[in-house]
Amino acid sequence: MTTTAEPTASELGRARTRKEDARLITGRTRWTDNIALPGMLHIAFVRSTFAHGRIVSIDTSEAKKAPGVFAVYTGEDFDAEQGGLPTAIPVNADDPIPRHVSIAVDTVRFAGEIVAIVVARDAASAKDASELIEVDIDPLDPVLDMEAAQQEGSPIVHPDFGKNKWVTFEFDSAAAGATTGEPADAVIAAAENDPDSVVVKRRWRQQRLIPAFMEPRSTVVDPTGEQIVMYSATQVPHILRTMLGVVLGLPEQKVRVIAPDVGGGFGGKLQICPEEILTLLVARKLGKPAKWTETRSESLVAAHHGRDQIQDITVAAKKDGTITALKMELTADMGAYFGIFTPAVPVLGAFIGPAIYKVPAYSFVCHEIFTNKTPVDAYRGAGRPEVTFAAERIIDELATELGRDPLELREQNWIKHDEFPYTQAGGLTYDSGNYEAATKKAKELFDYDALRREQEERRRNNDPIQLGIGISVFTEMCGLAPSRVLGSLGAGAGGWEHASIRMLATGKVEVVTGSSAHGQGHETAWSQIVADRLGVAFEDIEVLHGDTQIAPKGLDTYGSRSLPVGGTAVVKCADKVIEKAKIIAAHMLEASEDDLEFGSGRFSVKGTEKGVTIQEVAFATFLAHDLPDGVEPSLDAEYTFDPENFSYPHGTHLAAMEVDTETGKVSIRHYVCVDDIGNVVNPLIVEGQVHGGLAQGIAQALFEEANYDEQGTLVNGTFVDYTLPSAADLPSFTTARTETPATSNPLGVKGVGEAGTIASTPAIVNGVIDAVRYLGVEQVEMPCTAQRVWRAIQEAKGRSTQETPIDTHSPGAGLGSIDPNNPQGEVQ
Amino acid sequence: MIPAKFDYVRPSTVEEAVSALQQGGDDAKILAGGQSLLPVLRLRLAAPSVVIDLGGIAELRQISEDGDRIAIGAMAPHHDVMRDDLVKQHVTLLSQATATVADPQVRHRGTLGGALAHADPAGDLGAVALALDAEFVIAGSSGTRTVPATEFFVDYFTTAIGEGEILTQVRFPKYTGWSTHYEKFNRTAQAWSMVAVAAALRVEGGSVAEARIGLTNMGTTPIRATGVEQALVGQPATADSVRAAAEHATEGTAAPSDADAAADYREHLAKVLTGRAVLAAAG
Ligand SMILES: Cc1cc2nc3c(=O)[nH]c(=O)nc-3n(C[C@H](O)[C@H](O)[C@H](O)COP(=O)(O)OP(=O)(O)OC[C@H]3O[C@@H](n4cnc5c(N)ncnc54)[C@H](O)[C@@H]3O)c2cc1C
Repeated sequence: MTTTAEPTASELGRARTRKEDARLITGRTRWTDNIALPGMLHIAFVRSTFAHGRIVSIDTSEAKKAPGVFAVYTGEDFDAEQGGLPTAIPVNADDPIPRHVSIAVDTVRFAGEIVAIVVARDAASAKDASELIEVDIDPLDPVLDMEAAQQEGSPIVHPDFGKNKWVTFEFDSAAAGATTGEPADAVIAAAENDPDSVVVKRRWRQQRLIPAFMEPRSTVVDPTGEQIVMYSATQVPHILRTMLGVVLGLPEQKVRVIAPDVGGGFGGKLQICPEEILTLLVARKLGKPAKWTETRSESLVAAHHGRDQIQDITVAAKKDGTITALKMELTADMGAYFGIFTPAVPVLGAFIGPAIYKVPAYSFVCHEIFTNKTPVDAYRGAGRPEVTFAAERIIDELATELGRDPLELREQNWIKHDEFPYTQAGGLTYDSGNYEAATKKAKELFDYDALRREQEERRRNNDPIQLGIGISVFTEMCGLAPSRVLGSLGAGAGGWEHASIRMLATGKVEVVTGSSAHGQGHETAWSQIVADRLGVAFEDIEVLHGDTQIAPKGLDTYGSRSLPVGGTAVVKCADKVIEKAKIIAAHMLEASEDDLEFGSGRFSVKGTEKGVTIQEVAFATFLAHDLPDGVEPSLDAEYTFDPENFSYPHGTHLAAMEVDTETGKVSIRHYVCVDDIGNVVNPLIVEGQVHGGLAQGIAQALFEEANYDEQGTLVNGTFVDYTLPSAADLPSFTTARTETPATSNPLGVKGVGEAGTIASTPAIVNGVIDAVRYLGVEQVEMPCTAQRVWRAIQEAKGRSTQETPIDTHSPGAGLGSIDPNNPQGEVQ
Repeated sequence: MIPAKFDYVRPSTVEEAVSALQQGGDDAKILAGGQSLLPVLRLRLAAPSVVIDLGGIAELRQISEDGDRIAIGAMAPHHDVMRDDLVKQHVTLLSQATATVADPQVRHRGTLGGALAHADPAGDLGAVALALDAEFVIAGSSGTRTVPATEFFVDYFTTAIGEGEILTQVRFPKYTGWSTHYEKFNRTAQAWSMVAVAAALRVEGGSVAEARIGLTNMGTTPIRATGVEQALVGQPATADSVRAAAEHATEGTAAPSDADAAADYREHLAKVLTGRAVLAAAG
């Protein structure tokens, strides 16, 4: 029996301001770096400046003598203990994973890898002494290009492994039984010889990105108690705890991990970091608390990166526009080592590749390549932005090929609202959705037809500022993940989430969640859910998380899983509390349980005025003076929820892009998105997630790229030249929603953390191309900088622009202008 | 981001500052707003033994009228310069260019003198100072000297300020009633210039009587586009004549190449932006 409370006081769907914000904004909080423990030592890491090389010697003698220095270590000091960093989903089960050391012992494999550790009484002394360490590295040829890496004679990142390609992952919908016809390759081959068909092939690049969370990574380890306590700026305290056990052979019960307030992650903090392992090893060895906090430059070079793929995309269609096959062949740069999800990230795209379309034959191939660069792992969207980009770009190319309106062509091929639930060619069953409704609303808000007219007009007038309309009708899979699906990928963990609720004596409520927020606002949203369910006041609820002692069970926050998985666990848990309370309430009211109803926090006897509030029941339970025989004196409950399916948010994003054809400069005139994320718990939080997501997706399209030079050095390793956009670079977004509830969870929610990022990148690039396609441009690499757009236009006009070679260090752009070879010489 | 150790002094007069600088030798550094110096120290790209903070010298923040000139103290923050009524009225171009520098936070700290002494070719204020024939008052142990803008910018990150000297004031002639515009092209809204053009025109009876054009980031120092100026004078400020004049914008430049823009693209931009700056100035 589950009591279903009438949704009271419309707590769900209410745009509450976040209860955690007053504290965060006024600085009444503790980030990991604010934590100071008695006797705490400070760590500075020395990192390789070479991308690939053999360590000849590391001279630490001067550093050891420096003031304030406690100890200096190199790889050999920890090699016996450090183990190898874990990979949860290796994708390739046939080969042993190349060992990922926390500190290099004899070989360095990317610039930024740790080679020495200085421990001192304060951070400044540690930094000063780190400059005295002399690292002699015999450089080896670095592997930098994913394609060259696969060729005979290429240097090898992991010689023990013998090659640079980790795996070629292959999925074909026919072989998998997701479609009934021929394999995609066969359909494409046939289409190439069929006069009634077209085949469009394109190659795109997903540039390398840096997650660039606001709070730098930081770790404090206290080894002085019974348990080793690690504070860390992490998205994944629970996974971290388990993995510390696995990597270092620590008994799990002897480890406590605390994620205090964490300032953003975007996937960048779901890693088991070398620095976390080493801080623990140092603290344990010295028997004293130790702290490490990274600098921004350290973060950019050493925290994991995202994306970095070459995409070869082929679509076949009938001349009438019906898609007959889709093939996505990806080559993905893994960097030098595997992190926790590295090989799984691009492969996550395999399932969602068919996107919103009815694709009768689908194939997905992914080659995963080691290079001597910073490891790549999850970054907001993780695998889904990449394939969504491919799907939404190729449909535009197909529309051009067929001379069709790109929106109309999408509609012809997408899954209609009355066809749900729909099992698509990637094998996923989309439970619900309504692409027509979201698109209709978006078109209205955008004034699609008027903008198309203006576009034609500008073209006719040869206006130097041309207008392009970018479309992206996306879907994604959220709510990672059904444990069975993860099992089928060989994962080392499930995808459930845990919650518990404690009814306190005074009728207040503590909600414990395993979903560890790092900026998302769980404390507010979870309070709203529980307030709604239990009928207690929002203010009476405290949400606890992020400490394995307080919230011992959980699988943390990533993959837009918190609400559909963690939120569902909270709901089911609240239902259990109500069930338990009902037995006691019946006793208190001297009524039969069957005669009770629960609503607005009150059990009442049907048809009478008699009733007790849940707070009264909680107090009676606390007293336990008069409970029914054999009933446990507790209302507390816990629940572990394992989803049976993903959830599938979708939406229609439209971008009006202006391109200055004289300079190549791109600007966003208008951006409309209508997202369908199912039911909404808190529209204000949703809005925040959408805005932030859009900013990051747009940043990939227009602003960000991690650039390496020929030696394998990251050349834009500061925020001066790794150009993040700010509010001043972005328009005011027009956001709206349609609400088609998910059927896979009781809240009907789908997840919103990644939607904006996934959808916006192709919308922006499609808009840029649409603005200048009439000039003959069909491709501009991301980020579509002014220079790239200008060169594309020149080339289309048949003017070759010989890009002048870039001086190693030219003046301009502030810090970018500092000549590292002459660091003293630049400022007079 | 911890700088190497240094001593810190905060003198209250220019004389004290000069003598502290002299004592510190070539290991001493002046601190103005710190917006360029502090990142350099924190990245340990420089490690001075003493930092001399000019923030305690009140007179260096002043902006005043001095006959036919506007005298701006080296320590006047960008925020003050761009909002000052005298500057807005008589040196409008400086006010306009200063408003494009970075963001409000940086503009509250960064100073006119610091920016010009730093002499980053991507900085926005050098081209203005050059185009408007500003003069630079420099104090040293033997008193002050005045250097014209044409001699101030020596090379990238190098000016006429000698060892043991301090820039105290920048003096701009008045350009009351001139038509001006600063056209800036950058990668993100708050970034340094990839290329920018400072334009000041005196328009008489529909045609250009005098023109002053400065280019940002088209060489190792700010550059005066004299070819463009000459081509403009005596011409009506129409789109066609301006565009023709702007074709001279690359004369005498040595555009750098970096990841944002290779030299050929910068040259192209210089022409387009010069045309736009002049047309915008002319209204
Ligand atoms: C994020 C950011 C964005 C920026 N964007 C722009 C931009 O778009 N355009 C632009 O023009 N600038 C930009 N700047 C730079 C800004 O204008 C700085 O303020 C300026 O470069 C230096 O001024 P400062 O007062 O901070 O000088 P400081 O950093 O204190 O000093 C800079 C250098 O000049 C020397 N110095 C300073 N004052 C004197 C003096 N009186 N006499 C002798 N030497 C002196 C110092 O020793 C030091 O070497 C930006 C800065 C930042 C941090």
